Amino acid sequence: MIEVGLNHYLAVSSILFALGIYGVITRKNAVMVLMGVELILNAANINFVAFSRYSNFGINGQVYALFVIILAAAEAAIALAIVLNIYKTYANVNVDEINKLKE
Amino acid sequence: MNIYDIIFYLFAIVTLVSAAFVVSTKNIVHAAFFLIFTFFGVAGLYILLGADFIGVVQILVYVGGILILLLFGVMLTNKITNVEIRSGTTQIVPALIGVGLFAGILVLTMVSTEWKSAPGEIPFTTAYSLGKVLLTDFVLIFELLGILLLIALIGAASIARREKE
Repeated sequence: MIEVGLNHYLAVSSILFALGIYGVITRKNAVMVLMGVELILNAANINFVAFSRYSNFGINGQVYALFVIILAAAEAAIALAIVLNIYKTYANVNVDEINKLKE
Repeated sequence: MNIYDIIFYLFAIVTLVSAAFVVSTKNIVHAAFFLIFTFFGVAGLYILLGADFIGVVQILVYVGGILILLLFGVMLTNKITNVEIRSGTTQIVPALIGVGLFAGILVLTMVSTEWKSAPGEIPFTTAYSLGKVLLTDFVLIFELLGILLLIALIGAASIARREKE
């Protein structure tokens, strides 16, 4: 078996990305869609850190990974606030039944 | 096959298997708990890549913050008294075909490409150099992210607590 290198990390992150997209496409519950988005962000982050390790850009890749984590936290807070509002209006959060911006 | 490779495969399998459970299980609470293992696996991968600070931040922010937020979201948007907390799925077959093709092409491309890898020098502890870079080269983005987090905080609070007139 060949030694673990950059390609291994990229393969793992690709599969994680595809799983995240599958979750976003197939789930009805909005909170589950958010979980898929988190998987996608994690996959992108693995790429940033892996390229930071296996190239000579220095530590910049890790800085971008840090920014992505911060943005993910902000995104989760806003998205859950919106989901709570949708739940107050529709009494469910299935994304395929919500088709009006207001009552 | 040395110890580094074994640990890598361990973390990779933990990450991918629990991510597969997250997107396939019907029970939302189970999905949220499998997400913990995914985040821990990714944190392990970060630490294997020499990014110890990012790994710790991953555990603090994702497991301690985002996951708790998601669990609150699950509990506030479902009637807990109904025992079933389930999420329906839609369009499984087209999604499986499309995502399978996409994943196959992506993995083939990633594995077969000859990346120009030149192992850079990763400092022994990354926290020092990360802090230095954040307050010199990236100081504008750093400050903007602080403002963004404040806006997100105020915005989330005002959206979630809209009073009835």
